Amino acid sequence: MPRPGFVLEVDRSTPPILTWHGEGFRLERLPPERSRVIYAPEPVAALDDPDQAIQDALLAPLGDSPPLPDLLRAGMRLTIAFDDISLPLPPMQRPDNRQRVIEAVLEMAASAGVDDVVLICALALHRRMTEAELRHAIGDRVYDSFAPHGLLLQHDAEDPDGLVHLGQTDKGEDVEINKRAAESDLIVYVNINLVAMDGGHKSVATGLASYRSLRHHHNVKTMRHSRSFMDQHNSELHTSNWRMGRLIAASGVKVFQIETTLNNDAFPKPMAFLQKREWEWSGRDRAAYIATTKGLGRTPPKLARSIFQSIKAPHAMTGVFAGEVEAVHAATTDAVYAQQLVSVEGQTDVAVFGLPHICPYNVNSIMNPILVMCMGLGYLFNLYRGKPIVRQGGVAILSHPTPWAFHPVHHPSYIDFFEEVLSETTDPIEIEKTYEERFATDEWYRHLYRTSHAYHGVHPFYMWYWGAHALEHLGDVIIVGGEPAAVRRLGFSPASTLTDALEMASDTVGRHPTISHFHCPPIMLADVS
Amino acid sequence: MRALQVERSLPRFAAARVASAWRAGAGGKVGPLRLADVDPPDLPGADWVRLRPRLSGICGSDLATVDGRSSQWFRPIVTFPFVPGHEIVADTEEGSRVVVEPVLGCAVRGIDPPCNACASGHGHRCERLTGGHLAPGLQTGFCAEVGGGWSGALVAHPTQLHEVPGGWSDEAAVLIEPTACGVHGALAGPTGDDQVAVVIGAGTLGLTVIAALNRLRPDISRIIAVAKHPVQKEMATSLGATMIAAPAELRRAVRRATGSWILDNGQLTGGASLVIDCVGSTESLSDALAVAAPGATIVMVGMPGHISTDLTPLWQREIRLAGAYAYGPEPMAGGRHSFAVAIDLVAQAGLERLLSATYTLDRHSEAIAHAASAGRRGAVKVAFDLRTEKRR
Ligand SMILES: [Zn+2]
Repeated sequence: MPRPGFVLEVDRSTPPILTWHGEGFRLERLPPERSRVIYAPEPVAALDDPDQAIQDALLAPLGDSPPLPDLLRAGMRLTIAFDDISLPLPPMQRPDNRQRVIEAVLEMAASAGVDDVVLICALALHRRMTEAELRHAIGDRVYDSFAPHGLLLQHDAEDPDGLVHLGQTDKGEDVEINKRAAESDLIVYVNINLVAMDGGHKSVATGLASYRSLRHHHNVKTMRHSRSFMDQHNSELHTSNWRMGRLIAASGVKVFQIETTLNNDAFPKPMAFLQKREWEWSGRDRAAYIATTKGLGRTPPKLARSIFQSIKAPHAMTGVFAGEVEAVHAATTDAVYAQQLVSVEGQTDVAVFGLPHICPYNVNSIMNPILVMCMGLGYLFNLYRGKPIVRQGGVAILSHPTPWAFHPVHHPSYIDFFEEVLSETTDPIEIEKTYEERFATDEWYRHLYRTSHAYHGVHPFYMWYWGAHALEHLGDVIIVGGEPAAVRRLGFSPASTLTDALEMASDTVGRHPTISHFHCPPIMLADVS
Repeated sequence: MRALQVERSLPRFAAARVASAWRAGAGGKVGPLRLADVDPPDLPGADWVRLRPRLSGICGSDLATVDGRSSQWFRPIVTFPFVPGHEIVADTEEGSRVVVEPVLGCAVRGIDPPCNACASGHGHRCERLTGGHLAPGLQTGFCAEVGGGWSGALVAHPTQLHEVPGGWSDEAAVLIEPTACGVHGALAGPTGDDQVAVVIGAGTLGLTVIAALNRLRPDISRIIAVAKHPVQKEMATSLGATMIAAPAELRRAVRRATGSWILDNGQLTGGASLVIDCVGSTESLSDALAVAAPGATIVMVGMPGHISTDLTPLWQREIRLAGAYAYGPEPMAGGRHSFAVAIDLVAQAGLERLLSATYTLDRHSEAIAHAASAGRRGAVKVAFDLRTEKRR
């Protein structure tokens, strides 16, 4: 029986705590008697037979949906859309959930004689995936059956001929999505639900949407009113996607949603110590820690990056739910919560977040400074339900090397955002008002997004908006071990050690602040009372 | 009187080159510049006047001389030993305060009829810089016979003098000459509609060019300035630059401003229609060529020298490369002279603030070192203060 999440009160006997630091980690001692460490629950049990579970889900769907075979017939247009490279994190060992599910769906489609089938990667404004990445996600057999015939597409949110405007919600939000998907007799959406924000109506309403449509919820106002965006009952992002999803359904677009959940078994055996509580480290774990950190100390950053990017997680499928979108998502959310929720009592003055090497937007890429901000203040800060783990006016301390480095192919508009926008202002409202439209409509970014492997021109803005709620909530943000010039450009304060950072934080929160160390990854969701 | 003098000493020029390769401005210590006690220059003609400098600026071309980096081009059009200093605000013996227009053309040299250039009002393009009754010298400050600003006294021809308006400080007046150069550079490029201009360099020249573009060129809607140092960035913005870019960021900044693309070898598909190079180095001209649009004009305002760069884009994109030296009549300002335009501009744009520090002559090594590293040290213009110098 896996143990639930746990909050450790730090005392004098507490060992130093593992703190992620990009392509590496540090052991940090926390001040006793006023610090706590929040640990994720242990990985929940995997499904014994995932393929059978998928069959069962497709044949006995949730909500008012008929079984999938009943929706399939010869002569129909079928579109299978699937989640992109941004999850899971780290990428999972083969076979990926998407491969298992898509193979099962294709099997049923073939039996029903469906021959007009197109696969679409629902990447929204993310970068197009490479062939290797697609093969990893959907498997070689699926890839080889579709890609050579032009039937494996990647969604293009800027294709003037490839989008259809379905209408506006009662809040005036444009709903514009992928034309092939919208004009199909059925969309089967294949999801991996890594965090509570994923899935549901967001799959189609965001994953297959245009910029014109996305801007209605990917903006500062929505993000500031999503507290957090991981908690669907208090997330304006969720509410907006749900309005759009209902409009999509009302327009006659049929979606058969298939969501899968994973356990949080994020690191392969040799790195098992990353999943464990420090006082339970075995001799082998300690040796592995020492060997790993020593080795990394001698490794050039570029090589360390490629070593870490090659990590494939032993994530195992824990659930699969299929059928009507909302009914499916309710079941998925329960499964995600079962794996990720940790009860935490009250807030502290300071929160420490060790940032790992990876976030949703730098798979096989570089975690540039804007992504550091987004990972710390967008994702980790928002992994809460109820209240943030750090109080209003408190301090967030992030640990990451924060190099002034960008992947030139993946993140061209990020470089410009960093050089031009952040040198003028870090205020999300000002940024949105003054700069967003120009970046969003820049022809060159558009070209690179559509034809190369670049994130959309507007994407760095979204990263900044992701952190808008945290920026408003926090009194200060300090980055430990970051490149000072890059940290300052972000508008944050650089510190060389955690001790220095705590010293600096005392200007904001006094001499003896209470501290939470959010021991993530693995991913968890703090349920703060 | 005391004067800083440049002597013709090949070993000293060589030493300066070596020292300045190590640190710009270091030639001020080991180079050809000497603080000497000399007689004031004689009046070369009856109509000439004596001037007592009050402030005299240190210019990029002066630093090149002091560091032994000047081009051989100048060899026949200077005479040694000369007293540098051509950015001069001075008193006349009659008690008026003037700035000097240093070009030593036909009128000054008593050449009549004047050369074609001088006859057409373009004295800065004079073809007789070695002729007439005066020793060779392209400007005051490079001619043994007339002296220069870095001293207690010099001589000038009345046609070289512009009266300083009443109520002006010396600190503002000493910016008139460099501002006139900036005006001349800013007004050198052709006009167009809604143009994007790039100004490379944010020292005195770059900043005065920015001020001139901003106030005198309504056809230029955006000015992208290349600046390295915080004070330069602040000044460039306050004088009218709409965007500031570090040198390494320039191509991306111009791409954004002009809606261009970047090809896989880093070149832009479009670019700025006017690029003003206020540095004059291999790097700055290469950057200028990299961001100039097809059909654009690059104006070199900063004194270049030997430059090695790929001119293929100049040919393939029909880019015009134009020099802008000194001052003259400005068709774009209704034919007014650069100096007259500069006097207005210094007042309107408050360019007095570009003067960051002054030194007496005995601290010349410090002064030169400060001027050579002005940007890094948060300074723009450095000048000599001669108001306490003995005049004889
Ligand atoms: Zn002449």
